[in-house]
Amino acid sequence: MIQSSDSHPRYSANSGGTVLLVDDAALLDNLLGGGETAFSELVRRYHPVKVARYYVGSVASAEDVAQDTWIAVIKGIEKFEQRSSFKTWLLRICVNRARTSGVKEHRSIPVDPNESGPSVAAHRFDQGGFWSDPPVPFTDAVDARLDNAVILDAVRHAIDTLGEPQQAVVTLRDVEGLSTQEVATLLGLSEANVRVILHRGRARVREIVEETMKGTKI
Amino acid sequence: MKLLSSPLVCRDAVELVSDYLDGTLPRRQRRRLEKHLAGCDACTAYLDQMRATIAASGKVGPDDLPSDVLEGLVDLFRQYRDDN
Repeated sequence: MIQSSDSHPRYSANSGGTVLLVDDAALLDNLLGGGETAFSELVRRYHPVKVARYYVGSVASAEDVAQDTWIAVIKGIEKFEQRSSFKTWLLRICVNRARTSGVKEHRSIPVDPNESGPSVAAHRFDQGGFWSDPPVPFTDAVDARLDNAVILDAVRHAIDTLGEPQQAVVTLRDVEGLSTQEVATLLGLSEANVRVILHRGRARVREIVEETMKGTKI
Repeated sequence: MKLLSSPLVCRDAVELVSDYLDGTLPRRQRRRLEKHLAGCDACTAYLDQMRATIAASGKVGPDDLPSDVLEGLVDLFRQYRDDN
């Protein structure tokens, strides 16, 4: 039985805004006690609209699927046995909802991992296949710069401009941190296909970040 | 057909980087790539860039959530909780 109590977990703040230090397990405990603060934090962390967008034809439809997902979470959280991470459980619900809702028009688009061409533009290599226009080395300061809003904005923008299979795969694998196997299961692809699509998507994101950094004094 | 033991050129090396970073490259391919990287500063820079890009992707976080969407969901949660 869900009770109307709401013991607030501890908060901390970083440069990116307010962030909970507590992990998902603590949030889930709080949620089971009826804590709406925990619920709203989980929504902030995992609102699955990007994943839903892969299956449906509009942002509005994706929001509907994402909302339905949270309703299913509210109703089913007591049955969640934590054999997978909460995120994986949530995304599985989301994908199932999208697939069964009758609005999965994007699934008719064939996935051809070879259609995107090489990882690096051909003109950057000479006839022997060696770099003629080599990548600009990132400096030692790059790791410190990863929190830089310019870099993160470039990465975010690059992912947003990817085609649909690449965007879904890069988002799930590198942004959400799921395993290749989990991504394959969620998207109904083979692991080999996921690896190829991921490779293309990462290459494109790297290219855009490189272009951004060329224009930004390090 | 290229022999798996033949030296890599840069154009082929960059195609192996993603799988290399994920640890899914077959052993022989991994050795070929590492041998190439040992003598190629440009591909090493490419590898470093890819590694940094993936790390940055993990820090992007979710999109900004519209406040009305969040409030609507919390309302639904509250309603369900209070009804049960």
